[in-house]
Amino acid sequence: MKESLLLILVMLLLAPAALAQDMAHEPWTCPEGYEGQTLSIFNWSTYIAEDTVPNFEEACGVTVNYDIYESNEAMLARIRQGNPGYDIVVPSGGTVQRMAEEMLLIPLDLEMIPNVANVIPDLLGAAYDPENEYSLPYQWGTVGVGYSTEVFPDGITSWHQVWEHDGPVAWLDDRQTMLGIAHLFLGNDPNSTDPDEINAARDYLIEKGGNVVTVAADDGQVLLERGDVDIAIEYNGDILQISWDCECDDYAYAIPEEGSNVWIDNLSIPVDAPNPELAMVFIDYILDAKVGADLTNYIWYASPNQASIESGYIDEEILNDPAIFPPPEQVANLFAIIDVGAEAEELINNAWDELLIFLGQ
Amino acid sequence: MRQNGFLLALPTIAWLVVFFVLPLVIVLVVSFMSRGRGGVAELPFTPAHYERAFGIFSIILWRSIGLAGLTTVVCLVVGYPLAFFISTRRRRLVQQIALFLVILPFWTNFLIRTYAWRILLGEQGTINGLLLSLGMIDEPLTMLNTQFAVLVGLVYGFLPFMVLPIYASVERFNFRYVDAANDLGANDVRTFMRVVLPLTLPGVLAGCALVFIPSVGAFVTPDLLGGTKGLMIGNLINNQFGGSGNMPLGSALSIVMMAVVMLSLLVYVFANRRDAGA
Repeated sequence: MKESLLLILVMLLLAPAALAQDMAHEPWTCPEGYEGQTLSIFNWSTYIAEDTVPNFEEACGVTVNYDIYESNEAMLARIRQGNPGYDIVVPSGGTVQRMAEEMLLIPLDLEMIPNVANVIPDLLGAAYDPENEYSLPYQWGTVGVGYSTEVFPDGITSWHQVWEHDGPVAWLDDRQTMLGIAHLFLGNDPNSTDPDEINAARDYLIEKGGNVVTVAADDGQVLLERGDVDIAIEYNGDILQISWDCECDDYAYAIPEEGSNVWIDNLSIPVDAPNPELAMVFIDYILDAKVGADLTNYIWYASPNQASIESGYIDEEILNDPAIFPPPEQVANLFAIIDVGAEAEELINNAWDELLIFLGQ
Repeated sequence: MRQNGFLLALPTIAWLVVFFVLPLVIVLVVSFMSRGRGGVAELPFTPAHYERAFGIFSIILWRSIGLAGLTTVVCLVVGYPLAFFISTRRRRLVQQIALFLVILPFWTNFLIRTYAWRILLGEQGTINGLLLSLGMIDEPLTMLNTQFAVLVGLVYGFLPFMVLPIYASVERFNFRYVDAANDLGANDVRTFMRVVLPLTLPGVLAGCALVFIPSVGAFVTPDLLGGTKGLMIGNLINNQFGGSGNMPLGSALSIVMMAVVMLSLLVYVFANRRDAGA
């Protein structure tokens, strides 16, 4: 009896808030004239909410084909061989630049995407697409440090704690990110293309990597979970995943104060898309405050949508998690990876091979 | 008749040309080309990748040869007595069951078995847990992500390749030679060194080749168990063919590795010849 009373009380308290929300936001409406058409989406696996596509189909009266991929390279390879009929792809930052250079993307008509106004201004105009000619942000995240809270009860705030830790550490097999972090310490551009600077970054990492037991492709979080390492440099989502899996406080994620890598995945339209107009309508739909919030509430990545965040549609738990939404003072220190061009790419790959050889010496 | 023989061999020859000689030639050509955008091969020709392969990469090449050699020795030391034991069982059924047990691990995927070693060797793994609870150690031993872990994984993976050829050799061995040696006054050690070992040497050499060759190029085992310290040449070759690699350099490294394998095969052939001649 007491509980049901409490429940009613809570509902009464929450109802006005919910009402206010509904009144504040008009549901997204589809422009006229697309009924019966088809849209083909090519997206990363497990990267969309269950109702995102069905709601769009209903709102516009269209049919959506949905296909998935596992890496930028896999998607790029498909589009390079000739677009098999996709209208939407979701490339990460550097890949947007590369696809644009190879003329594999169609320019966006921002007039057809009024919801671009909802995007966090800091996430627009990134170095890989300064005018947002080819891309708009879909979701974003960071590379940081996953660590055992037992070993680090006071947390990790600096990369120096990682370099100086007397115990096993796993690094991330992401050459541009790792060299970029070294560039930060050396006072260079994280996307430096200068041969001397790249080699200096390599030497810095070799010097600081004495405690590195493995450079993990994408399973650093597993090593952390099993106690084989005390620290794993990883993508935020991977560390969050083991925390949710164990429902415990044994692991934490931090972005060191010196800065780290921010990655942004983007909505883009590949060349020869059969229906670019509907694709732009879809991008506008994704950037709607409510749609974007529902998406983030489902997949637990950071939303680039200012309106979604301000409207309160995103769950408090996600919004207040600094591992998902880093505080503004941290965002200021994050660098994005850009495409450095063929020459620097070779220098970076060579430096990375040499790093792998010398880390085990 | 000669022509008929050629006709019969034609499918095999065609197979070898298309799937062995041709790919090998392509790898050789690519290994001398320049690296283009995205890691693909481009003109002009250059020896630069071989300079790199024999330069900085030789550290890892030597490590791979060393680890493969050690794997071969351990497999021989463990495998020879085992093969000897199996082939000298009186009852055929016991032999067959023992051989079956040697082959049994192959029923499970190699990748899964190697992952299992990760769990066994880990800091909080089965072995450390057992030793800690027995009070034999106070601190967990660091086994995973070391060359030791790679050695364990390689020996485990390739031991059957050592046991089977030696078994075949010992099985054919006529034990009356042992009686003869004993009658002539040779002790057990001498009999083994002068009679048994030379006569089973073909099996030993075949086993060594079958273990050494795949060990040099091992890629999954060092990838999962070795960490930074157990990195082998197979991992670096794999890197070159990854998303942002360098196909010509990968090809050059493959050719160098193939040369190492060829050399060890030459040793094998030479040793076999001398053995047959003796």
